[in-house]
Amino acid sequence: MTTTAHKPHTPPEIGGIGHSRKRVEDARFIEGRGNYVDDIELPGMLHMAIHRSPLAHARIVSIDTSAAAAVEGVVAVVTGELLAGYNLAWMPTLSGDTQAVLATDKVRFQGQEIAAVIATDRYVAQDAADLIEVEYEDLEPITNPMRALEEDAPLIRDDKEGQTSNQCYEWESGDKAGTDAAFAKADKVVSLETHYPRSHPAPLETCGVVADVNPATGQATIYMTSQAPHAHRTVFALVAGLPEQNIRIVSPDIGGGFGNKVPVYPGYVVATAASLVIGKPVKWIETRTENLISTGFARDFYMKGELAVTNEGKILGLRVDMLSDQGAFYSDAQPTKFRAGLFHIVTGSYDYPAAHVTTRGAYTNKAPGGVAYRCSFRVTEASYMIERLVQNAAYELGMDPAEFRIKNFIRADQFPYKSPTGFVYDSGDYETALRKAMDMVGYDEIQAEKKQAREEGRLVGIGIASFTEVVGAGHGEDYDILGLKMFDSAELRVHPTGKAILKLGVRTQGQGHETTFAQIVAEELGIPASDIKVVEGDTDNTPYGLGTYASRSTPVAGAATAVISRKLREKAKKIAAHLLEASEDDLEWDIDKFVVKGDPDSSASIQDVAFAAYTNPPPGVEAGLEGVHYYDPPNMTYPFGSYIVVVDVDPDTGKWSVRRMVAVDDCGVRINPMVVDGQIHGGLAEGYAMSSMQYITFDEAGNCIGSNFMDYLIPTAWETPRFELGETVTPSPHHPIGAKGIGESATVGSPAAYVNAVIDALEHLGVRNIDMPVSADRVWGAIQGAGH
Amino acid sequence: MNVTVTVNGIERSADVEPRRLLVDFIRGTLGLTGTHVGCDTTSCGVCTVLLDGTPVKSCTLFAVQANGRSITTVEGLKQNGELSAIQKAFHQEHGLQCGFCTPAMMLVGSAFLEENPNPTDEEIRWAISGNLCRCTGYINIVKSIQAAAEAAHQGASA
Repeated sequence: MTTTAHKPHTPPEIGGIGHSRKRVEDARFIEGRGNYVDDIELPGMLHMAIHRSPLAHARIVSIDTSAAAAVEGVVAVVTGELLAGYNLAWMPTLSGDTQAVLATDKVRFQGQEIAAVIATDRYVAQDAADLIEVEYEDLEPITNPMRALEEDAPLIRDDKEGQTSNQCYEWESGDKAGTDAAFAKADKVVSLETHYPRSHPAPLETCGVVADVNPATGQATIYMTSQAPHAHRTVFALVAGLPEQNIRIVSPDIGGGFGNKVPVYPGYVVATAASLVIGKPVKWIETRTENLISTGFARDFYMKGELAVTNEGKILGLRVDMLSDQGAFYSDAQPTKFRAGLFHIVTGSYDYPAAHVTTRGAYTNKAPGGVAYRCSFRVTEASYMIERLVQNAAYELGMDPAEFRIKNFIRADQFPYKSPTGFVYDSGDYETALRKAMDMVGYDEIQAEKKQAREEGRLVGIGIASFTEVVGAGHGEDYDILGLKMFDSAELRVHPTGKAILKLGVRTQGQGHETTFAQIVAEELGIPASDIKVVEGDTDNTPYGLGTYASRSTPVAGAATAVISRKLREKAKKIAAHLLEASEDDLEWDIDKFVVKGDPDSSASIQDVAFAAYTNPPPGVEAGLEGVHYYDPPNMTYPFGSYIVVVDVDPDTGKWSVRRMVAVDDCGVRINPMVVDGQIHGGLAEGYAMSSMQYITFDEAGNCIGSNFMDYLIPTAWETPRFELGETVTPSPHHPIGAKGIGESATVGSPAAYVNAVIDALEHLGVRNIDMPVSADRVWGAIQGAGH
Repeated sequence: MNVTVTVNGIERSADVEPRRLLVDFIRGTLGLTGTHVGCDTTSCGVCTVLLDGTPVKSCTLFAVQANGRSITTVEGLKQNGELSAIQKAFHQEHGLQCGFCTPAMMLVGSAFLEENPNPTDEEIRWAISGNLCRCTGYINIVKSIQAAAEAAHQGASA
């Protein structure tokens, strides 16, 4: 069932679902009164700076910290050897691997943490860190996964017992025999080999921590840039051996996350250990270079895909083989059982019986990762592969790429749909979304213009991506991180005056939770959204949750919020019956009040009920109106959309520019359309960034080239395309309010649309692939190479 | 060295090391944390403040270079208890998400509107091209600056 608009059910003064309510969090940000980690100043606070490896792979012969320790203002110098005394030299990653906190045996990537200086001033700490002398014995740096898996490659992870090669995981999904059979029947096999390059989320606020361990009580308050404060508290308890009740993680305002702030980084652990030992608060804030060279990168998949098709244009099967570059430590944040994340979604928006996917991951001498950069665990890579393949298949068959997609789409009446890799898509209507995007862009006219342009020697390209995402992990039985089931929670307290506080286990980083989650409560209980305070990011004051990433907040914590609101409404009904001296069966709920059926003048508002819950509860009913709910989603949600990009390519220089970018998204029910559009804008910009310029590169020695914002390019307002948005609404059938999550759709879906558009402009020259980032020189090279 | 500056209309004075960056002076010494640090290399612009009315990236100036001059930070945008047009516009047009680039964007936008009260979309985009945003895709930032310009006109004609 698809509709094109959602009319709010509540009036604006209540501001429930469907209202473009202005954001409450803006008030502090527009006055410069946000509270980010680096804004926190505590009495006696010390500052930490880290000495990092200049080499990608080398044995540590000796570390001399004497000159650093002698600098006036230096309080302590911490090395791995010192940490080893506390059993803290290594820590677990969220993928169940281990990672060096401070290197003791050898360094495994450029920028790896070796020692830390704690001083009274940040400048002094940095000066002293530069004075640390490390003697190295060079080892061969391995800078790509192909070399890593060669027999004679040096072993990077010689610290791991039983590790005999640089392979760090192997994974497969789907049916090999069935897929081979499908390919045997194919009229054509279309293949694509491409690299999804290493990127970095690069939120404008870098990572950081203020660790404050009280030496008298042992209470550790850790302010940190965390997308998952509760999970991090548990990791800290496991790593540091601190009693979990003595650890309070506070994730204050977060200046963007995009996956970068999901892992636990060595700097957090060292600062906490230093505070524990010294007995004073310790602050560590990354420089931008530290952020880019040492914290969670994303992607870096070498991908080969093949699509089996008939001459009539039906897809029969898909085969994908991938090799991922994991860096020195396998520190992806993803569910335990899913070594290549949710790559299963690579079968895309199309109906065919067979698929087989294989992936290997390799350790290399690069920064560890990778994180799911604005993406639900490898869904970006998967979506990119299928949407590029489908476009190329259309060319090989001589079909229009839109027509080829429509011919193969899973139809609206096939949902719930089980994919060949075993995922059950909850709902969708792909053809409607694509046709809407085609109407918006004026597809037929643009196709005609493209032909005309070619005759005139101009290059115009039209790229489509009709993606399907899988978000909202997960169902706890299948999805966990380090054994922690991927549920989420909401605690709702309605106060006697009818105002409320909602506490969540997730953590906003700009998504506007303080605004939108109040709207869910307003919808369900009729309390005006402006009367509801939303609290997140303090583990002492919120119920346990797995955090905000993988577009989980609305699918999981949003569902928890709706369910706890409904539970409180059930209790409210008992109280209303008592107040109205009526039977519960005679009461009807009407937006914000219970009304006696057939007697509209006899009603009790939610505010009346809240007051009575504390002043006049019915006999036998517990006082108060509050509760907590832990929501374990029965399935994931499957947002989708169709994007169409029109580009002009300069045949002489290869420079391309986006003329149109039309994005039709379907994320189910939209809680706050203004916020949803804002999320899509941001994702489309990041998709453009990845497809056109963002690229973390290394030279042969393992030096990171994209180590600052002069080399790692991020689009400004000048380069960023103008976006035109459209929507369809296909509610999720299993989510309490029908919402699916929107934070990542545009980053997942749009890279293929941009790249397909450039390829489309060159399609008649025989060009079928240009690796991202699709820079002008690569396009120029493809034009020059065509036909040779 | 002693540095004396007028910040948001108030004279402030402190002893600082000659090498202390202006942004660290503003944030650390003066305690005005609305000005942020994002890249250390003058690329991202989140440290932008107005120096004698002109936007500068305070991570690439020493505090001593501001001696005797006038600085406006985000904390100075609100006048007489009332939000400025640019602040209201960013809220109204959803011109911010995580809020980290916002103070600088508003300062650049307000200085630009002083110079060009009737900007086109293109002119606004060029004016803010020294400032990065990772959340909004810039669409609503441009709209916010446009809306602030319109509000100023309505205010003038009222």
